[in-house]
Amino acid sequence: MLIKRPTDITPSEITDKAVYMQRRRFMQATAGLALAPLLLADANAGYGNRPLKHNKSDAYPLDEAQTPYENVTQYNNFYEFGTDKYSPAQRAQQLTTDPWSVTIAGEVAKPGTYTLEDILKPHTLEERIYRLRCVEGWSMVIPWIGFSLGDLIKRFEPTSRAKYVKFTTLHRPEEMPGTRRRVLNWPYVEGLRMDEAMHPLTIMSVGLYGEVLPKQNGAPIRLVVPWKYGFKSIKSIVKIELLERQPVSSWEQAIPQEYGFYANVNPNVDHPRWSQKRERRIGEFFKRKTLMFNGYEEHVAGLYKGMDLRKFY
Amino acid sequence: MTVTQIRFLKFVIYLLCLAPLAWLVYAALFNQLGANPIEVVTRRLGEWGLQLLLVTLCMTPLRDITGQPWPIKIRRLLGLFAFFYVVLHFVTYLWLDQFFDWSEIGLDILKRPFITVGMLAVVGLIPLAVTSNRFSQRRLGRHWKRLHQLVYPITILAVVHFYWLVKADMLRPIVLTVCLFLLLAYRWIKSNRRQTAGETVHNTIRRPV
Repeated sequence: MLIKRPTDITPSEITDKAVYMQRRRFMQATAGLALAPLLLADANAGYGNRPLKHNKSDAYPLDEAQTPYENVTQYNNFYEFGTDKYSPAQRAQQLTTDPWSVTIAGEVAKPGTYTLEDILKPHTLEERIYRLRCVEGWSMVIPWIGFSLGDLIKRFEPTSRAKYVKFTTLHRPEEMPGTRRRVLNWPYVEGLRMDEAMHPLTIMSVGLYGEVLPKQNGAPIRLVVPWKYGFKSIKSIVKIELLERQPVSSWEQAIPQEYGFYANVNPNVDHPRWSQKRERRIGEFFKRKTLMFNGYEEHVAGLYKGMDLRKFY
Repeated sequence: MTVTQIRFLKFVIYLLCLAPLAWLVYAALFNQLGANPIEVVTRRLGEWGLQLLLVTLCMTPLRDITGQPWPIKIRRLLGLFAFFYVVLHFVTYLWLDQFFDWSEIGLDILKRPFITVGMLAVVGLIPLAVTSNRFSQRRLGRHWKRLHQLVYPITILAVVHFYWLVKADMLRPIVLTVCLFLLLAYRWIKSNRRQTAGETVHNTIRRPV
């Protein structure tokens, strides 16, 4: 049992209500300084969710200010809970994430449906501070907690025919009001090539900012692929399939001329309707240059050697 | 309606039209715009510009339906407020989105159809705003009306601009498109009817001769 139950928290660990109310009042009081609150990046205070035991990692150090917790947990694209940025934070709270199970299927020696506890049991959680670049032109820096997707896949022994990984989000209309309208073809699906999935940068995340993953951020388990546009990092996963053929992702199916299977962050390949050269880091006033593969070029450029990235966008 | 009543109506419209801007200023000062305030400001200003354009277009049908002159009396005020929001929207794009990087802006206008049509709409509104005063109206005479009918193609461009920038959820652009379609349909039917009516008048005059 890696995710702590509320009873596991000793009273001394809980931030006193007076303390966090004080912090809130402080935030409100300083809000008058217009854009100044955006600069108030916060250290690890109690944020409201259950804390999650994890190791610090120095695998991919990132010397950039982390996006404030408030923004990470309130400005979300999670269309299952509505198409505007603030609906998920409100409407995702009704999502039942416990019990949760994940089905592993396709080209694996050990297919089956596993409880979240079984999925997580052998893995050590670590913190990875990654950039997140949305295809819409904004970005964040988020301290995720997770484990290697490659390690997870290996446990189920993929066969030699496994060339791609397909992920599926939960589709539960009674808890996901956004799916009552067919904005996208539900359930949401995403895919990776096997070498992308096995890459050490690719993680399955179950937390952020030292806590259990908030529901609007894709609880209880989501993918994080930092060198691809945010929509590739699929949330609230219930199924992982290993396939011989390349799957079609939801956005690719909806608007194929705008969203490709690869969706690598690339300042040189524009979205047909807007430039991808620059991005607005949430909390910053000026836009910054978008980096090739979102700044992970040295780690992942090799995966796409010889590929025309304009064609495979 | 008396002059005082019209004046009062204009005053109310002034306040109503300034309310969205006042809210944006308040929200910006008190950090109510969320994680991406610049995006919200740009969007809201554009949406208000477009919505006010559509409201302005409603004034002629409203006059016809009510038989009252007041909708025409407040039309210019509404139109100018639409222009005001469109200009603010355009300035936020130039400043907060592109930071006056003119070569980037030029490329954007050429390469991105939704920017191109948005730009055309802004430029198209300028002569209308400039000639919205009574002096121009008198000087331009019957040309004034023809010039100001440009507001229809401009509003179409503005709706297209909105339609093309939305990622997937088309609900709002569809609602505005339907409104625009109804307004254009009303215009079209009315002008058709006037034409046929004109012909009949013409014929009746001719026959006795």
